Amino acid sequence: MAKKTPGLNTGSMADISFLLLTFFLLTSSINTDQGIQRRLPPPLQGDKATEVHKRDILTVLVNMHDQIMVNGEILPDVQLLKDKTKEFIANPTNDPSLSDKKLTYIKELDKEEYVSKGVVSLQNDRGTSYEMYIAVQNQLTAAFNELMEEYSQSHFGKSLHQLNEQQLKGVKKVIPVSISEAEPVNYGGK
Amino acid sequence: MGRFKKEGNKGTPDLNMGSMSDIIFMFLFFFMVITTMRESSLFVTIQLPKATEVQKLQKKSLVVNINIGAPKDVAKLGNEPRIQWDDQFANVEDIPQCVEREKTNHPENDRNKLTWSLKVNKETKMGIVTDVKQELRKSNAFKVNYSTLKTNK
Repeated sequence: MAKKTPGLNTGSMADISFLLLTFFLLTSSINTDQGIQRRLPPPLQGDKATEVHKRDILTVLVNMHDQIMVNGEILPDVQLLKDKTKEFIANPTNDPSLSDKKLTYIKELDKEEYVSKGVVSLQNDRGTSYEMYIAVQNQLTAAFNELMEEYSQSHFGKSLHQLNEQQLKGVKKVIPVSISEAEPVNYGGK
Repeated sequence: MGRFKKEGNKGTPDLNMGSMSDIIFMFLFFFMVITTMRESSLFVTIQLPKATEVQKLQKKSLVVNINIGAPKDVAKLGNEPRIQWDDQFANVEDIPQCVEREKTNHPENDRNKLTWSLKVNKETKMGIVTDVKQELRKSNAFKVNYSTLKTNK
């Protein structure tokens, strides 16, 4: 006669399934949104517009046909905007037509650094497509991100996301993301 | 008589634990079915644009979605882009009110940490987006996120 198989101890099965449940609960995240984050300026009160020197402004205009104009020159492709912005902000050769720099004491890094006074002024038409607007915003963000990354590499020898909080704060002060969106105008209609 | 013979130290019999996992799984499925992700259904078509320099939104509970795009029901509503806030269409003038309502839904010290996530169809013209941004500025909602998809190119 065949020997009866002994019963499996299934008491711990519940624990195993609980473990599985908690594991998936913790690891799965409902797909989070991602995007480009910006801070809108507070509404204008009276004429409090700050004066910026002309050489410190990089005017980026986007018209209703999604054409881009940077400081009076037509830009054939959005992809070129990043390098243009980087060159304008960093101004490595101290070109008088590009942005001016100011020696500023950075508390977080405990040293003085040249901080660009450059401001990117972005103005779009009501007829600009949202896709182009995002492409432009993306290029501008990429420019500032790359400048920060370069600064981090040259001064700390580390990538930006490896810096500690204080260093990161300092880097953000050395290269402030200065993108100003002009008050809207309507040239091309809806 | 030997009929009711006492068996020495009988002890409690073992419980059959085999079906415990089934019970737990049933629990799991019950909760899975009963919880609905409150994701308001979209009345507007939205195809997000793509970008490379994206950041993840930190706290989902502190994000308010604003959808802008052409209505799905073109026959009834036309194809002018509209704003969908929560479960209904909103006009540009309604935004301050919606912002206020959204703020009162959150505890007081979270109100300034709210992120207003704009989900805009990429075909949309900037006109309506600019209007929405202006209204948000007026109602002290400054933290804006332009929702995009991530690409590596």
